[in-house]
Amino acid sequence: MKKIIFIFIAGIIAIVFACNKNAPDITANLAPLHPQNIDLNAGSWKTILLSRPDTFAVTAPNAASSADYKAELNEIKGYQKNLTSSQMATIQYWAAGGVLRWNEIMRGLVTKYNLPAYQNPDGSYPIPNANNPFAYPLFPFANPPYAARAYAYISAAQYDALVACWYYKKLYNRAAPYINDSTIQAKIATSTLPSYPSEAAVMAGVTAEMMKLLFPTEIANIEQKAKEQELAMMMAGAATRSDIAAGEALGRQVAEVFITRAKADNAGKAVGTPTDWKNFETVALSKGQIPWYSLESPKRPPMLPLFGNVIPFLFPAATVPSFRPSPPPDTYSQTVQQAAAEVYEKIKSPTRENIQHVQFWADGVGTFTPPGHWDAIAAQDFITKNYSEVRWARNYALLNMALMDAAIVCWDVKYYYFNPRPTQMNPAIKTLTGIPNFPSYISGHSTFSGAAATILAHIVPEQANKYWAMANQASMSRLEGGIHYKVDCDTGLVVGSKVGNYAVLRAKQDGAE
Amino acid sequence: MTITYKKLIFFSFVMMVLQNIHAQTEQDGIMMAKQNWCTGFVYNYNSWSNYWEGTFKRNNDNLGTVSTQSVAFMGAYGITGKLNVLYSLPYVHTHASSGTLHDMQGLQDAGIWIKWQAWQKKVAQQKYTVFLTGGYSFPTTNYQADFLPLAIGLRSKTASVRLILDYQKKNFFITATAAYAYRDNIYIDRFAYYTTEMHYTNEVAMPDVMYAGLHFGYRKKEDYAEAFIVNTTTLSGFDIRKNDMPFPSNKMNSTIVGLNGKYAIPHFHRISLTGNIGYTIFGRNVGQATNLSIGVFKVFDFASAKQKKINHHLTTN
Repeated sequence: MKKIIFIFIAGIIAIVFACNKNAPDITANLAPLHPQNIDLNAGSWKTILLSRPDTFAVTAPNAASSADYKAELNEIKGYQKNLTSSQMATIQYWAAGGVLRWNEIMRGLVTKYNLPAYQNPDGSYPIPNANNPFAYPLFPFANPPYAARAYAYISAAQYDALVACWYYKKLYNRAAPYINDSTIQAKIATSTLPSYPSEAAVMAGVTAEMMKLLFPTEIANIEQKAKEQELAMMMAGAATRSDIAAGEALGRQVAEVFITRAKADNAGKAVGTPTDWKNFETVALSKGQIPWYSLESPKRPPMLPLFGNVIPFLFPAATVPSFRPSPPPDTYSQTVQQAAAEVYEKIKSPTRENIQHVQFWADGVGTFTPPGHWDAIAAQDFITKNYSEVRWARNYALLNMALMDAAIVCWDVKYYYFNPRPTQMNPAIKTLTGIPNFPSYISGHSTFSGAAATILAHIVPEQANKYWAMANQASMSRLEGGIHYKVDCDTGLVVGSKVGNYAVLRAKQDGAE
Repeated sequence: MTITYKKLIFFSFVMMVLQNIHAQTEQDGIMMAKQNWCTGFVYNYNSWSNYWEGTFKRNNDNLGTVSTQSVAFMGAYGITGKLNVLYSLPYVHTHASSGTLHDMQGLQDAGIWIKWQAWQKKVAQQKYTVFLTGGYSFPTTNYQADFLPLAIGLRSKTASVRLILDYQKKNFFITATAAYAYRDNIYIDRFAYYTTEMHYTNEVAMPDVMYAGLHFGYRKKEDYAEAFIVNTTTLSGFDIRKNDMPFPSNKMNSTIVGLNGKYAIPHFHRISLTGNIGYTIFGRNVGQATNLSIGVFKVFDFASAKQKKINHHLTTN
């Protein structure tokens, strides 16, 4: 008997110490990116803000036969002599694709900064301050509109910078170090793509520069990541020091164009003032409607109420109001009572499947938000497509511009109608995730998802059905979670897909297809 | 003295935080006699209005008072007088009194433990005993763990070992116990989450937990009354950031004080009542909970007439 007990207890102790607790990222061990097509002519693709791909001059590189270049090759050989396992891991990480990795880093930052501020003792709320970003609450509060805009700027700037990069690559046609010197090993997938200027350094430069505006408290970390990416490409035999230097300088210059736009795109004024906040209520009341009220305690000012005024990427600001759908049901009508009853029926005794939908798509506080979620969905398919870096950037730029413009349009509609949430109309409606602090009509998740599915279905047509199934599930999850009326969801999908169509239009004309 | 004390026991009630609701019998210095099966139900009510985000203590008007009610089916069986099997399975219901978050409910984790009286020495009227327990618990349903503080549990499969040192002099006893629980990774409904860094997976590494407790009180035959202090320390894990949501792999620590009691109703079908009251005096990433519980147990004696005599002899000495 004692033996059995010993074996039992020893067995438990063995389980305790034998088990591996790692929970690795699903993209931790990707194969190096090996583009099917190097898109050598991408320098002619239509840029977003740059007027020309050679707006910023990149001087011609030294000849491959020059002593300077030989010295740069020797530097690479020096690195390759003593690569540590951690350096190899860094190379492997970045070799999977710079656009992908920067998008992942970006999603991580959004997740980290997507925290609403804790209230002041008097029940008011402090507002993050871009001019004092390290004070509580840290700047930014990366809520869905902020995040949508941040993803779009980063992606669009990366795209323009890489188009310029490709322009010079073709122009100067300097081969990669591993081609110019056979003793240099390629630690990434090889290709015939010219290496001057380095696309990795372009990405590092443009992204690091953009982040100064978007995530100012993270500059130190971001600059470190940028250096890490650049060094990884040198150690990998993919770029020399001059490839890197030229790329980084180009990237940083392109970023300035986007930063100038961002500073004047009205996002800085999107928080509004107490007068603005009160005005939405007054307008709704004057229309004979019940206005939206914050369901938080203490009541929190509405999230970025003037975000609808932000200048879109894909169409003029004047076009934004034309997306407004017809009004939601009158707040005093029988119809709205029925709509609320429909929500109540959904949440009364939720199935595990409904809870799973709601949680999978919750994308609320402390997450990368719905735009980040769609970036993650896109990444999974883009990885399988082996796009060149410039095509990765182009596809993310299309997706994220669509998502940002969807946020602008959706926020315009939300504050135009200032419509109450189902729970405000019937407090018995409890929610399966946190209730967002902005008006109900139209559903943000649905608008984002309609836009994303539309452009992704164009980029990866064979997955169109999957994207629409996901968009519908995301949309319906808001009804199942007690967050939205069905009309919010249905209308949001329609409006979102209209925004997405502008991205499709651009995609057809940008020269990449 | 006995009568009033018994009344006192009767009205002094159980405790325990959600995850070790079962602990009452697994932690103590008592064994079931051979071929005796004690089983019953425990109702538990746990509630808090204040909680700690890391070390920052606050309340939250968007939650109000968070309460957890559960009914657990539990019990113990004496394979021998020195080797018991224990089990528990709670049904849990959570509720927040304010805000919009939905209640959660469902069958939580089943636990099974083996408890072994490894060593005992009697000197005059003193008794020294060492117990070892080993246990395993696992979720019985696919409930959502990533909906704290309203999730009904953490979903982690848990293997635990516990050492119990018990000293008894006449009817007074003191019990010291320490346990280590290994917690398996869990899977949540989303594929990205932030701890102190970003994770792109639905798998969550759960930090292990250590428990230490000190119990002392009065014990007579099947009855006892005790005061206790129990510390739960999550090894590693991370703090909830200011105004963030809690997460299953948080560093959830607590120190709880309280009273436990068990009272066998004399000459009444071998039915006994248990009670517990507990209060969290210190915590980290948990609520400052008050806990109350009450249980009803019945002993079924399957022992032969001969074994009954042996059992009786053992329990009265």
